[in-house]
Amino acid sequence: MGLDFSMVPKYLDIILLGCAYTIGITVAAAILSFFGGIVFAVIALYAPWVIRQPFRLVAWIFMGTPLLLQLFLIYFGLVQVGIDLPAVVAGIIGLGLHFAVYNSELIQTAILSVDKGQMEAARTLGLSRGEALRKVVIPQAVRDVIPPISNNMIALLKDSALVSVIGVSELTLSAQRVIGKTYRPFEFYLLAAAFYYVINLAMEWVQRKIERRISISR
Amino acid sequence: MDIELMLKVYPFFLEAAWLTIVLSVLTAVLGLICGTLGAFARLSRFAILRFIAAAYVSVFRGTPALIQLFILYFGGPQIGIQLDAFEAGVIGLGINAGAYMAETIRGGIISIDKGQREAARTLGLSHWQAMYKIILPQAARLMVRPLGVNLNMLIKATALVAAISVVELTYTAQRYIGSTYKPFEMFLLAGVLYMIIIYVTGRGVVWLDRKVQIT
Repeated sequence: MGLDFSMVPKYLDIILLGCAYTIGITVAAAILSFFGGIVFAVIALYAPWVIRQPFRLVAWIFMGTPLLLQLFLIYFGLVQVGIDLPAVVAGIIGLGLHFAVYNSELIQTAILSVDKGQMEAARTLGLSRGEALRKVVIPQAVRDVIPPISNNMIALLKDSALVSVIGVSELTLSAQRVIGKTYRPFEFYLLAAAFYYVINLAMEWVQRKIERRISISR
Repeated sequence: MDIELMLKVYPFFLEAAWLTIVLSVLTAVLGLICGTLGAFARLSRFAILRFIAAAYVSVFRGTPALIQLFILYFGGPQIGIQLDAFEAGVIGLGINAGAYMAETIRGGIISIDKGQREAARTLGLSHWQAMYKIILPQAARLMVRPLGVNLNMLIKATALVAAISVVELTYTAQRYIGSTYKPFEMFLLAGVLYMIIIYVTGRGVVWLDRKVQIT
């Protein structure tokens, strides 16, 4: 059959729209996973035993099973309990929660490694435990985990391709749709891969900038 | 929770779990081969080999594994590569895992003190002798845990071949969710089997790590 890229310009707008979706989904899920990660970390460390232990069990299950399987659970599970969310929202929630669990592990370690004196000093100065966590301990912990968390965000970009399976029209599904019309899988999947690669390089560039900033501010 | 249904379909999940294990093992072997070649090429004296290996690692880590699978399976026939879904799954995932393992293996090798190599060379060993007899035995010990992390990721990544209709665990769960409308039960069945596979491999890695350490 050979390769023929002459059809690329005609369908480029569909692919570019898919790109925009992929970037939007990645950013939304990244924000969800960041704040979700902080909340999960606080629950896993400080919630009462009856909440903490089941919560840890669920987190452990989410880390030991494939994201694709979890996406099916969330998408079809929500429909079953009568919540009919658009696929794109289900995709963002699925990706966001999955990575929130991974971020939470990093943030827990970081919270525990913040010097105890910080908490004690804040408490002595009259802050409540919650305030001390929110205003003193967590900001320091978060700074420490930004490099590993940014790695997770880059992984999230690549895993966002999986939401194509539940029908979200991002880059991968857009390529698939174009292929349905053109019967040119090699060309258009390669094009999609190229776009992912460029977004990935851009994210790595931002990551390096942020890391340099953090290392200077210390 | 519909326990009766779970009891009825679990044999199919066991069968699918077996395929997930076979996929994982084959992918891990191919990944180790690609990873070792990639790591050595990145440390080679020849600039061209270093460049090729760096490009391999960067491109395969920088694009989604799902897209790589699709290019191989759906696009392959256009360039004369005709594979069935299982073969495409093993080869695609193996090459992808190799890119991650190459970084792990390279990391292990370069973390061995330079003096070790210099001393070996001074004592008259050739470049490759120094590598095999002095550096690799030390580096291998450092690699067990991080390669274990790669293995854990790889097992979960085998779920991707569900998208090209290989009847492994995730595909089976998806199919039964579609036909029974019991997403939670099917997730539980597949999830427990994944957890067992992941847990046993994890223990194996810890055991191996302890075994190779010099105390």
